[in-house]
Amino acid sequence: MVPIRAIVVALGLSSSALAFGSDSVLRVAPDFTRTDIKGDVFSLSAYRGKLVLLNFWATWCGPCLTEIPKFVVWQRTYGSAGLQIVGISMDDELAPVIRAQEKYQMDYPVLMGDPQLAERFGGVLGLPLSYLIDSEGRVVARYQGDLDLKRLESQIKSLLPRRGNSR
Amino acid sequence: MKTSSTYVFAFILLSQSALALAEHKPAASIPTADLMQPAELAANLKSTSVPKPLILQIGFHNLYAQAHIPDSEYIGSAKEDAGLDQLRNRVAKLGKDTAIVIYCGCCPWSHCPNVAAAYDTLHTLGFTHLKVLYIAENFGDNWVNQGYPVAKGD
Repeated sequence: MVPIRAIVVALGLSSSALAFGSDSVLRVAPDFTRTDIKGDVFSLSAYRGKLVLLNFWATWCGPCLTEIPKFVVWQRTYGSAGLQIVGISMDDELAPVIRAQEKYQMDYPVLMGDPQLAERFGGVLGLPLSYLIDSEGRVVARYQGDLDLKRLESQIKSLLPRRGNSR
Repeated sequence: MKTSSTYVFAFILLSQSALALAEHKPAASIPTADLMQPAELAANLKSTSVPKPLILQIGFHNLYAQAHIPDSEYIGSAKEDAGLDQLRNRVAKLGKDTAIVIYCGCCPWSHCPNVAAAYDTLHTLGFTHLKVLYIAENFGDNWVNQGYPVAKGD
């Protein structure tokens, strides 16, 4: 297994991109299967071979709502090059999540999170929170709090499995 | 002229709609004197000689169930009317000099949609020993990862 710090150095990411809690370092993304809010079955392992941006968010989280329009654009722009955005809402209720998905035209899988799923990712005790997972299922980076979206986009472009297909 | 007015009106409506999901009174509106630092509350909880305040979590259940301050009570999101009603009910029979600490920690302080609404409600009700736990980034970073006591579950 490649140490996470080595991956970070190899990719030229600064350590600020990683904000692991001392006891919550994830090296391999835990697989899980759930039904998304449209009723389709979602398994994280089905996206092996793609670069996955797993985004924990909520409708009550202002910074999350700032990020989502950019994620929508990235999915459309880089999807053919192997990027897959996945949204996991930490809302307590489903209704506002459905409204938000429609409002922001989130055309990527959106699932409802809960404490059990959150715990598998080391806890989701503050939003926004995103994981970047490479094509082999390894966690490349964890982002907590306000994102530098330009920098993240550069990192994503450098990790796309099929770079030639991105616009 | 009528057409441009219509566009302006539509733009205002759309702008308001875009913000509706995330609008809230900013946490920065809470007076600094009424903030409590996590280290101070943790020391209070550890002490055997200091009276314990009533600690209320006025955020989201998915976060409370993962980790919360021991003996703190889950109230509900103060950004919602139901949460504020629950808060009012919880304190209805308390003396106005009851020591109360409220906290959330869902997101960076400046983005928290709950703390200012809860503070305003309790302040308006006349509570005189009211503090808001200042969680700069989130409950994970500023409480759990500091090694302060944590409980899980409902």
